[in-house]
Amino acid sequence: MRQQSHLFKETAKQALADPTLKIALNRTTGLLQRRRAQVIDEFPEYAEARAAAEKIKTHTLEHMAHYLAQFEANAIAAGAQVHWARTPKEASEIVIRICREAGATSATRVKSMLGEEIGLPDALSEAGIERVETDLAEHIIQLAGDPPSHIVMPAMHKTHEQVAELFREKHAEPSEDDDVTSLVESARRELRQKFLGADVGISGANFLIAENGSIVTVTNEGNAELTVTPPKTHIVTAGIEKLVPSLAHATVFLRLLSRAAIGAEITQYTTFYNGPKRKDDADGPEQMHIVLVDNHRTEMLGSFLRPMLRCIRCGACMNHCPVYASVGGHAYGAVYPGPMGSVLTPAMRDLKSTKHLPNACTLNGRCKEVCPVNIPLTDMLRSLRARQHDAGLTPPVTKWALRGWGWLARRPKLYHRVTGLAVFVMRVWSMNKGRIRRFPMAGNWTRHRDLPQPELGTFMQQYKRRQGK
Amino acid sequence: MTDARPARPMVGFFVTCIVDAMRPNIGFASLKVLEAAGCDVEVPAAQTCCGQPAFNSGDDAATKALAKQVIAAFEPYDYIVVPSGSCASMIRSHYGELFVGDAEWEARQRAVSDKTWEILSFLTDVMGYLPEGVRYDGVATYHDSCSGLRDLGVHDQPRKMLAAVEGLSLTPLEGHNECCGFGGTFCVKYSDLSNAIVTDKSEKVEATGADMLLGGDMGCLMNMAGKLNRRGAEVKVYHTIEVLAGMADVPAICKPEKMR
Ligand code: SF4
Repeated sequence: MRQQSHLFKETAKQALADPTLKIALNRTTGLLQRRRAQVIDEFPEYAEARAAAEKIKTHTLEHMAHYLAQFEANAIAAGAQVHWARTPKEASEIVIRICREAGATSATRVKSMLGEEIGLPDALSEAGIERVETDLAEHIIQLAGDPPSHIVMPAMHKTHEQVAELFREKHAEPSEDDDVTSLVESARRELRQKFLGADVGISGANFLIAENGSIVTVTNEGNAELTVTPPKTHIVTAGIEKLVPSLAHATVFLRLLSRAAIGAEITQYTTFYNGPKRKDDADGPEQMHIVLVDNHRTEMLGSFLRPMLRCIRCGACMNHCPVYASVGGHAYGAVYPGPMGSVLTPAMRDLKSTKHLPNACTLNGRCKEVCPVNIPLTDMLRSLRARQHDAGLTPPVTKWALRGWGWLARRPKLYHRVTGLAVFVMRVWSMNKGRIRRFPMAGNWTRHRDLPQPELGTFMQQYKRRQGK
Repeated sequence: MTDARPARPMVGFFVTCIVDAMRPNIGFASLKVLEAAGCDVEVPAAQTCCGQPAFNSGDDAATKALAKQVIAAFEPYDYIVVPSGSCASMIRSHYGELFVGDAEWEARQRAVSDKTWEILSFLTDVMGYLPEGVRYDGVATYHDSCSGLRDLGVHDQPRKMLAAVEGLSLTPLEGHNECCGFGGTFCVKYSDLSNAIVTDKSEKVEATGADMLLGGDMGCLMNMAGKLNRRGAEVKVYHTIEVLAGMADVPAICKPEKMR
């Protein structure tokens, strides 16, 4: 998707002015919050599981090279081919090359954020390969020509009324009714034949298992299995941070992932793929390719952003973020939206073009609270602000205001006189109405809300008076 | 902590820059309740701001200078008590990040951080205080400010103390643990976003039908009161300590005299 995080203020403003978007976001984030709270309540070992998950990821990241080598050796032993890509461009080129070698004219795809990260949809269309999205929500946004707006529910920005409209326009045999079941049926009719006729199936991976070279997909629709089993070639693209040491370790995350993501104990389908079809297997792809992508992950590994590599892409942080709930995913102008995106995007791009992202946050900490692997998102966003400050990216007005404030605040006597004067001015300005409707220098506050009328004197002045000094 | 506390602890009161300027009544209510709870209280004159605006804007050098001023002014006391979750959390949970590798200041900082408390938590968890003979007739709803709630675990304490106020009942607020959109400098840097968030919050507050909205952080209270008032809502906004002190007889935040 087009990077436009630098336009955040404008895109956010447009999003705020869209009442349908607000309805869509409220419906889904509200539902996901309630469901998550309920299943976490019913999961007595949640705290232990969360601590264990954090520990496993921390350990794996500390020994990244070891486990990656182990994964590669075991995947090859299982018959898969392993490819390494440093950049998004390298990764998508590898995928296209494999498609060409397979003589593919069409590819089915299972929703994967890594695929978005490496620009796969565009790369496939440039290569003239038809792309069939098999996930319902991805199918919706493909028809609408939108990028995903959420990492788990890519069509979160659409109401089902809008989807019904879209299907009527684009499907060969659309349903009469607008209810969700009819919409699913309509998509099924549209997609089924394409599923079976594709030359290549492309998926991501929720986990890479070092001890046996397996990859794991977690879905609710069963579309992963149907995407990667019929075609002759299965291509997996995955970020290197998806690694876990063993199958037993993966189960710890499976218990957390669907609870955090959709508020369900488990998803409908969890599949472990170990190499391509074997001699006596009834079905399965003849070739399996695994493309492992870095894209700044090793840099993050060596920096203060390392905890971000624990992320299992559950989306809980965005479902509980008041900023995300107000503007939705597209406003962020990046592949990954919400709190986790505001940390990842600067790491994958640069501080300057993404400078709004860490700042457009109240640091309320709910994201960190609900994160199943306890990533200190707010601390990292704050640290990114410090990096911006050190890089001279703070806007001049803010910089000088802070500098003036800091200078004054370090001189208590003068500070108390100046604040006393300011409060006096505000009090006169309020004309004893209890509140101030407009105040110069506080325009961004009073545009939306009143300011209280201050008392006669600051606390420090009144206290001094009372002490009789 | 409760076991080791002196019989009559000496408390250094840190009023915070927002309460100092915008709502001194919260400061005086704090002094009254702290004394009623059995503390001797002093207000060091060399106090201004805890440094939070600089910290959250990424200016660590400026934050450090202010943090040193706070540490020096407050180290003589048994406890430092603050009528704000976010400023208390700044001193208690975040000052540590500033002095890594500076052995002298690290030790001084840790000593001060460890004895810094948000006032509602201090009264309950350290002093075991419950108000007596305080009356306020009405129905209140409660907003849990984020730093107090998530950094310092302030949730049950205010509810416990408010339950001892005669005539007052509490009605739950949907999304009581959700941000109000204040976020310090966020509310002016991204004022449209902040407005969207505080508008949602106001709708939820109005939906409770409560006469009064209470909380523990003047920044958030000012944001919500400012929005509620702009929307023409009748609900009166006070800091919890004003009610506990029996000092909610002054006009509510943003309300004129006649609304009393
Ligand atoms: S940062 Fe945490 S909550 Fe957010 S997507 Fe990643 S794992 Fe989930």
